[in-house]
Amino acid sequence: MTEDQVQQIVIDIINEIAPDEDTTGLKPEVNLRDQMDLDSMDFLDIVMELRKQHGIEVPEEDYPELASLKSCSDYLTPKFNAK
Amino acid sequence: MCLAIQIPITKAAIGQNFESAFAPKQNFSTIDSITASRGIPYRFPMHQSRIVITGVGLTSPNGNSLEEYRKNLLDGVARIQMIDMRYMGPKGAIGQVPAGVCDFDPKKHQTRKELRVGTRAGSIAIFAAREAIASSGLDFENYDKSRIGVYVGTTEHGNVETENEVYNISKFDYDTKFWTHHHNPRTVANNPAGEITINTGITGPHYTIGAACAAGNAGLIQALQMLRLGEVDFALAGGVSESIQSFGIFAGFKSQGALGTHETDPNKVSRPFDKTRNGIVVSEGGCIYTLERLEDAQARGANIMAEIIGYRINSDASDYVLPNPERQAECMHQALAVAGIEAGEVDIVNTHATSTPMGDIQEMKAIAEVFGDCPTTYVNNTKSYIGHCMGAAGALELAGNLPSFQDNIIHPTINVEDLDPECALANLVINEPRKVDAVKVILNNSFGMLGINSALILKKFED
Repeated sequence: MTEDQVQQIVIDIINEIAPDEDTTGLKPEVNLRDQMDLDSMDFLDIVMELRKQHGIEVPEEDYPELASLKSCSDYLTPKFNAK
Repeated sequence: MCLAIQIPITKAAIGQNFESAFAPKQNFSTIDSITASRGIPYRFPMHQSRIVITGVGLTSPNGNSLEEYRKNLLDGVARIQMIDMRYMGPKGAIGQVPAGVCDFDPKKHQTRKELRVGTRAGSIAIFAAREAIASSGLDFENYDKSRIGVYVGTTEHGNVETENEVYNISKFDYDTKFWTHHHNPRTVANNPAGEITINTGITGPHYTIGAACAAGNAGLIQALQMLRLGEVDFALAGGVSESIQSFGIFAGFKSQGALGTHETDPNKVSRPFDKTRNGIVVSEGGCIYTLERLEDAQARGANIMAEIIGYRINSDASDYVLPNPERQAECMHQALAVAGIEAGEVDIVNTHATSTPMGDIQEMKAIAEVFGDCPTTYVNNTKSYIGHCMGAAGALELAGNLPSFQDNIIHPTINVEDLDPECALANLVINEPRKVDAVKVILNNSFGMLGINSALILKKFED
């Protein structure tokens, strides 16, 4: 799985949990919270959907890795490819 | 004299008790100075303040505004449907149950994200509250939101969300790591009231009043008391229910032998006082009023819909589910005493009757005891149209009758094809609306499990 594909998975989850947000044109290097109205419960939703939909576990200490699309793909791509 | 059977509680005694309870305490001025010195406005004593209704917002199975709802009550339009319900079919399959479903547009006042995170009860509460605020004509944006209180009656809350989560983790071998982090904020008892505050920015007190199916009335009574205490200057109060999303509510009534059925027509399942009635229709709904002290309402030129002149909540102290007509009658007598009126001055008694074989008879016994000799007191019921909206029932049913203060028409109870002689009060308004000379006083009954009774008395506003 490529980093672009992983970023698209994260965007699909965000579209699901924050349906009012416009996810087109998100800048990969910029923190998601600086580009959208996401709160801590939303990040827990992202963690839950990664678990439910893809069997990917994100331990609490790694939550900062989900800050931006780029950090998400850096962190998650190896996990997806290790499945 | 309309007290057909003398209850050993006199108006004078009640009056003394209330006067005593409401008497100003010696240290009031001290409390006043302390709170004032901290910059917190504190207004008292307000115990004698007249409390009025200045707005209403609602969603019921047959209407999303007071106008639509009232029109359907006068036109005899019931709206009950068969819905799919988890586990209610044979051997745990999905089955169909009759239910009252609201079709308001939740996106009118909520974002899609709010709808995803919140509860159905919260959504119903927000819709009704927002519509009530608009109806009140209050300059809400510029109003001090720390002086607004939110008091929402609920029969129960949290069953829906917990059932949904158990169902969710059943898809993952009951592994609780798939249990949502939204569960607790969704299931805390104050959820529907709290969602109103988050949506509106109200920073005054909010909580729910758990009072079984008397909760709608209880919400209004709580708001009245808080206004009189000076805790708030403006109140949103009433009741909500999301119960139709809980299979447990349906299954519980079915096990109790109290879930209504009809062979052919969902709209005829709820048929209080009919000889063939066989149980409750569970419905969702919500009704929120804006309440104010009279002087505040008049100062801002509000449209005053009614004045609450009497109320009472009491307890059967006798059974978990079987109503107690003696205590119900006592509740109505006490509410009349608080209002300072005779039974014969009441023009409409809106019954709580839920279409169960025993419950309807018990309530009619109580009403006969209080109003049996009152030739101009008429009796009706609203559940025959909308089913039992649980925590919203009292507030919604009251709303259906409030327009009678203007049009002097009493909406009937429908679906009575064969009147049960044990429910046959002379002034029961059946199947056709009744026009009367004047409607000036309404008594609204709402009763609930564990023997909680409530009666609310409203008067057409006269300065």
